[in-house]
This record gives sequence, C-alpha cells and structure tokens, in this order.
Amino acid sequence: MALLDIDNLDVAFDTPDGTVHAVNGLSLSLDRGETLGIVGESGSGKSQTAFAILGLLARNGRTSGSIKFDGEEILNAPPKVMNRIRAERIAIIFQDPMTSLNPYMKISDQMAEVLMLHRGMSKKNALAEAVRMLDAVRIPGAKDRIRLYPHEFSGGMRQRVMIAMSLLCQPDLLIADEPTTALDVTVQSQIMRLLQELQAEFGMATMLITHDLGVVAGFCERVTVMYGGRIMERAPTDPLFGKPTHPYTRGLLHAVPRVDQGQETMQAIPGNPPNMARPPKGCPFRPRCAFAGKDCAVMPPLEPAGDGRVRACHRPVEEVAA
Amino acid sequence: MSTPLISARDLRVAFDITRPGDMPWTKPRQLHAVNGVSFDLMPGQTLGVVGESGCGKSTLARALIQMVPASGEVVWQGETDLLSLSSQRMQKYRSEIQMIFQDPLASLNPRMTLGQIIAEPLRTHRPELGREEVKSRVARMMDRVGLLPQMINRYPHEFSGGQCQRIGIARALIVEPKLLICDEPVSALDVSIQAQVIELLQELQRELGLAILFIAHDLSVVKHISDEVMVLYLGRMMEKAPADLLYADPQHPYTQALMSAVPVPDPQIERNKQTIPLHGDLPSPMAPPSGCVFRTRCPRAVEACAEEVPHPGRGRHQCACLFPGPLTADEVA
Amino acid sequence: MVHDTQRMDAIAERMAEDEVAGRSLWADARSRFVKNKAAMFGLFLLIFVVLFALFGSHLAQWSNEELDYNVMGVVAQEGGPSMANGHYFGVDELGRDLFARTVQGTQVSLAVGFVGALVAVVVGTIYGATAGYVGGRVDQIMMRMVDILMAIPYMFVLILILVMYGRSMIALFVGLGLISWLEMSRIVRGQTLSLKNREFIEAARATGVSGVTIIRRHIVPNLLGVIAVYATLLVPLMILTESFISFLGLGVQEPLTSLGALISEGAGTIAYGTIWQLGFPLLFFCLTLFGFFFVGDGLRDALDPKDR
Repeated sequence: MALLDIDNLDVAFDTPDGTVHAVNGLSLSLDRGETLGIVGESGSGKSQTAFAILGLLARNGRTSGSIKFDGEEILNAPPKVMNRIRAERIAIIFQDPMTSLNPYMKISDQMAEVLMLHRGMSKKNALAEAVRMLDAVRIPGAKDRIRLYPHEFSGGMRQRVMIAMSLLCQPDLLIADEPTTALDVTVQSQIMRLLQELQAEFGMATMLITHDLGVVAGFCERVTVMYGGRIMERAPTDPLFGKPTHPYTRGLLHAVPRVDQGQETMQAIPGNPPNMARPPKGCPFRPRCAFAGKDCAVMPPLEPAGDGRVRACHRPVEEVAA
Repeated sequence: MSTPLISARDLRVAFDITRPGDMPWTKPRQLHAVNGVSFDLMPGQTLGVVGESGCGKSTLARALIQMVPASGEVVWQGETDLLSLSSQRMQKYRSEIQMIFQDPLASLNPRMTLGQIIAEPLRTHRPELGREEVKSRVARMMDRVGLLPQMINRYPHEFSGGQCQRIGIARALIVEPKLLICDEPVSALDVSIQAQVIELLQELQRELGLAILFIAHDLSVVKHISDEVMVLYLGRMMEKAPADLLYADPQHPYTQALMSAVPVPDPQIERNKQTIPLHGDLPSPMAPPSGCVFRTRCPRAVEACAEEVPHPGRGRHQCACLFPGPLTADEVA
Repeated sequence: MVHDTQRMDAIAERMAEDEVAGRSLWADARSRFVKNKAAMFGLFLLIFVVLFALFGSHLAQWSNEELDYNVMGVVAQEGGPSMANGHYFGVDELGRDLFARTVQGTQVSLAVGFVGALVAVVVGTIYGATAGYVGGRVDQIMMRMVDILMAIPYMFVLILILVMYGRSMIALFVGLGLISWLEMSRIVRGQTLSLKNREFIEAARATGVSGVTIIRRHIVPNLLGVIAVYATLLVPLMILTESFISFLGLGVQEPLTSLGALISEGAGTIAYGTIWQLGFPLLFFCLTLFGFFFVGDGLRDALDPKDR
C-alpha cells in the first residue's frame, strides 16, 4: 500500500474575481521512502497540492477527491486529527523558515516543546535530542547555538534549523515546498546535499516541490510536472530528463539556463502562464504549445507511455520527443 | 582601441551605519558595500556581474547613477566623470543610463496605467514632445517589447510577471539610452518566462546597440547574455574575464564554487557532480576578514591569505587570488 | 521561423480575446465598498444629513432668527414638535424654530468638520510626505516639531485662541486646523517611509524624475487610500471637538449655532421637560458621527492593500 495516495483531487478558491481552480483532478501516489519531485511554475497548483495534503488551505478554499495517508482518509479530516498527523507523521519545510519559527522563542525551547508534547520526553532528554538533531543537520557548535533565537541564524542556517525541527518526530513524509528558493546558490547546494543525506539516513518519503528542474534532477527518483493545476507528465527521473515526451516538459527543459552548455541552448516558451481565474479550455498549455491542434480543446487523459511514464497529451510520443 | 562607454576605476561605496540608540555625535561605523571595483564596458557589449546576496552587486549598479554616494571614478564615454557631477548636470546622463529591476510588479506604480508608466521617462527628459508624439512613441515601444496596443490603459496588477518586466523594459528604453542596467531582471520570473525576457533583451541590444550591465545571483543566467563576466564577493572583485574564458577555465576558487553549485537539469551530471563546499557563513560586511575577504571559506586558503590583499592584475583574465588555477582533486568533496 | 510567427500570432489572438477593460485599484476598491452593507448604510446616512443641511432651510416654515411670540413663555407646553404651527422640531428656549436651528447647526458642524479635515489633509500630507521622502536630518527636525506641538495640550491652546481672538468661526477654524494635521502628518510620513523603499520609487529616481514630482506623481496617489480613510474618521473627531468647545460655551457665537451648542442648550433646559430641544440636535449629531465612522471603516476595508 502506498504511503500517500491522492485521487482526483480538486482544489478551488472563491475569490471576488470568480472561482479559481488551482488543482484539477490530480492523482498521484508516493511509497514509503520514495522521493518525488513536483515541478511547476507559479500558478501550476504545486503548492496548493501540498497545502491540501496538510489541510492548510486558505479559508476560501474548497476541495474534493481523496487523499489517503497510510490508508486513512485525511482530506477534510477534523482539525484534531490533522494536527496530530502534521505534528507526528507529515512534516513540511517552507521557502521562508521564519514563517514556521517563533521569533520570540529560543531554538532550544521550540525544539524541546515539540518533543515533550508529541513524544512525551522529559525536558532534559528533549534538549539532548534537539542538540543531536541540530548536529545531524550539520550546524556547527549545535550545543551552544541552540540557545539562540531564530533571527540570529543566517538564511541557510535557519533553513537547517527548520529541517531539524521537521525531522524531530521522525515523520513518514517530508514535504519540502521550495526549500532553497530564497537561498544563495552555494547555500542551496549545501541544503540539497543535506536533504539527500538525511533522506538516506532517516528513510522518510520526500515530496520536493520546486520550480527548478536542476534541483529535482539530483534529488528525486520520480518527477511529476504540473502546469495550470494539472499533471502534464510523470516519469522516473532519468527517462523524464533524457527523453521528455510532453511539449511542456520539453519546453521547460530547453528554457532553463545551463552553466554546462553553450550559449545557444536556451529557448523560451512563448506566451504567458495561464490566468487561473480564466483558464484556457482543455489542455492548459494549449495556448503556448507548438504542437497544439483543435483536439487540444479537450483535456487529454493521463495515459501510460512506457518506462513507468504517464503523460497527458493528444500528440503521439514520437512526434513530441523527436 | 575604442573608448569604453562607461569605465569605473576603484569604485567604492561606504554606508554609515548608526545603530538605534546611538547619539547624534557618535561616529557611525562604516560598511563597505563596494570596495575598489574597476571595469570597462564597451558600447553594445554586456558585462555580467555575479555574486551572492551581500556582495554589493546592486549597490555597484546604483553607484554608477548616483543613487548611492560613491567615491572613485566613473568615466562616461572617456570624457565625463559621472561621480563628480552635480545632480543638475547628472540629469542629462540619466536618460542615457536606464535601469530595470528585480521585482517586475513592485517596480511599477500601481496607480498608473501602463501608458503613463512607459511615458514617464519621456515626460521627464523630453518635456518638449507633444501628447501625440509621446503616445505614438509609447505605442511603438510597446509593440517592440511585445505588449499589445489595447493594454495601454490597464494597470500593472492586471499583468503577469513576464508582462510587467516587458513594461519595465519599455519604460527604460523609451528614452533611447546607451546603457541599460539590469538588476536581476529575471530572478523573480518563472523559468519559461526568463528565457523570453533574456531573448528580448538580446534582440533589443542587437537592434539598438545597447550596452548592458547585467546583474545576477548565479552564473547560469548571465552566461547566455554576457560578453564579459565579473564575480563579486563581499564588495570586492574576485575574478573578471571574457565569458567563454571564465566558464571554460575559472581560476578563482569562489568562481569555481559558484559554478559547481548551480544545479544542472540532467540527472546523470547532477548525481556525479563534485561540489566545492564553502565552510561557514558569509562574514559580516561590517568586519570583513583581513587580506583576502574570501579566505575564511576558501578551500585553498593558507596563512599568507590573511596578510595580503590579492590584486586582480591586468589583462583579459583577472583573478584576485594568490593561488589562481584550476580546481584540484582534494578541493572537491 | 514561419511556424514560430504563426504561433506568436495565435498567441496574440488568444491574449486579445482575454482582454478585459483596465481596472484601476480605485475601481476595485469601489466595488468592494459598494458590497459593504454597513458602509453603504453609513453613506446613505451621510447623504441624508448633507441634504438636510443643504436644503433643510427650504422646508422650514420659519427662519432661524424669528421669534414665535405665540409660544414664547409657554415653550414647555406649546413649543413641542407640531406640524400645525410649522415647528417640526418644536422651538427653543427663546421661541426660535428648532428645525431651522438644527439645519443651521448641522451646516456649521459639517463645515467645521470638513474644514478641519481639509486642513489636515492638505497640510498633513504635504508636511508628512516631504519629511518622509527627504528623510535624514530634515525628517528628524520636522518630526520633532510635530512631537513638540503634540505635547502641548491642544484643548488648552484652542480655548486660549478663542478667548484671545474672540469667539468667531475663523478663530475656530484656525484653532482646529492648527492641531488637526499633526496626527495626519505622522501617519503620512510613516506610509511615505515604507513607500520610499519600493522599487517603483527607485525606478523613478533612477530615471531622473525630480523629488517634487515623485512626491506628487508616485507617493501621494499611493497614499490617497490611507488619507481618505483617516480624513473620513477625522471629520467626526473635528465635529466632536467643536461640540465639546461649544458645550463649554466657547464655540460659535449667537446667532450662529452648531450641533454642539444646540445640544448644550437642550441639555440645560431638559429640567423644564423640553426633551425635544436635546433630542433633535442629538439625533442629527449621532447620525452624522455614525455615518462618518461607518463610511471610514468601509473605506478602510475597501482600500486595504492586503487584498491585492
């Protein structure tokens, strides 16, 4: 049984400008210990998917479908159940660690509180465990630094603290929502390396949500590409990067600036991302797609295409991947 | 050899830092945001300025146009030292140097329509132009950057990030500047839009013979647009070289670390990649390390690095390191 | 390449279809305001009060200065509200028509409120925006001056002015105007400071737009929301202050009157059973204040930048 099983998830928001369909009919599953990347640009619905899993949608959000975690339905579960799951079994790291750290509390107190509350530890044991965890995320001098307040850490160190906090209860699933977007490249590479090592050490399933294909390439076993609230393509990492079969994946890969290749490799995708209050009919990528035809006014279903790959496109694989 | 469009010599920017609670007569501490940076930029060429947060790259750009107080020399077309000009005399040069910004939406006044925004530099520098003339120039510029004419009365919040950046570019180019300063123009944009904006900038550069100072926080974006690249760290220049040279053969350990840190969208490369770990945090710019500012995090640092400030030297490939050279095997992790 | 042009054309077409008319932030705010029931109710109250002040005198059967000798001396028995003798709101102590007096009082109170708020808006905005935009030492000096002025008990100053220069409308306006802009300038300065660091101001500075133009074209339009909200809430404060002064007997001078003065008189005679003399002025006073507060709150919600 999969650890996380999302079936036909819809997320919509009621706004003054009308209903915004952020996620449409999304299905995916994640096994224990697996690393899944969710790649998409702004408005692709990737972050809203994470919020729906955690039951943290904004108040004007509506959901339908099903999210099963370890066999238990957690979509629209009562807050009490969700609080427990969020505290003990699903952890999240955000882009800005300050959103989840209390600026008025020492790191030691924040970490110890979690352990005392959810694992029933004594204060002394909790502190020792917290220091151990800060060591695990390679914070030098953890013993002394644990007495500091969040703002006394640099951006990268703060993200490490955040990661340490999220791993305190040894969650089954870690959701990392753009964990390195706010960081400098050299720090980003340190944090991604750290996450990789921790993933190997603790063995939690990890869902990495990012806009950066490069980050995903080194970290994930499988990658899901989203656009306009829908899954465009999902495949194991190597075939996805080696031979993208969806026009959007292809376009995205060609649009990324690369340090390792000549100057002529970058190709833009024309047009603008969809306005989710007024999405295009059918395939959301249709207006920007070089392969689009009349039939694209109907959303193509997600269909298997070999190599453990699924894709949603009316055009045959040979035509797109050629 | 032709004269550079703009050439900076030993450019320095220092900010006075007064801590809250300091008395008015307390001598403020100084933060050297830019420390002795020199470069030449030829007409029609692009200089990429790369560095992580706190390296002074944005301050450098603002120093060129007197937005922050600077010392040193900034010579425009071999004649005028921009830093010595009074603000009245500087006004003439402001239309020659225009700027686009990192956050496309925030750089547009939310209460003004697209037409008003793009026309503003014209109204400032060419007040003699009639309404119709301004309107037709705005329309032409909008068309040039890929904005549709019927958008002219709409407001910034109705546009996507990429479109807002096009508006910013139109506003900058409407007074036909010779130098365009781009302060991280694509880092807030989606990947698919980044390439569009860079392509547009390249097209416009070819067409109008613009010189571009392109600021970025990582090496991948500037690669595609720069003729020459300069790497900054803590307000100092670490390395500067023609782009192909710098990417093929980086000499400075910091450049090498930056280069290796950029993720590559190729699983094979990414998994086997060897990165240079930088130890610790960025030192405080209030108290930079002695000698080479990078030495506290440098895998190559020895005692001598604390004593001597390395000089970048002259020539095409400049590198401010006592031990320049390609990466060695024991430096990578 | 042909393929590419076609593609671009198709996209251009699609985007053209998607066009909607340009909507300014003001238009957005207006639609939010219209949807706010309390605010619309407040606006309705205000319109009613303003119409009453403007055209009430045409409805009155009596002028505000005539004395009705029929009810003089028997005000408590005969002077109550009555349609028959044309005193819709009854008469006051001296037998003057209270309806006409209330119209006049409302006019004066509204005028005091609007003028006070207007001075606050004009002086406070210019002062605050200048201090905030210029910054540094100029800002320090300008704001310390405001601090000093604020430290002076304004009621004391106001009373002093009225005593020294006589109880005239002009003195009252000057007195209220002198104090009303202080708070406004602080608010505007704070907002300007946060606006100043926004990139669009930097963009204007980089282009070479002059400081005065930046304040006029970029800063003030973005402050208007805050200013509008604060001004709407300031009007009732001005009315309250004036009423308090009038209540003390230092406000406008007879034959002029204000709501505060009328309430003061009404309260003085309540022992004789002439409850209407207090009731009607008080009713209009409350309607005005409610109206302004509801509208101010509605404006605040409608203009809240967090929605965007």
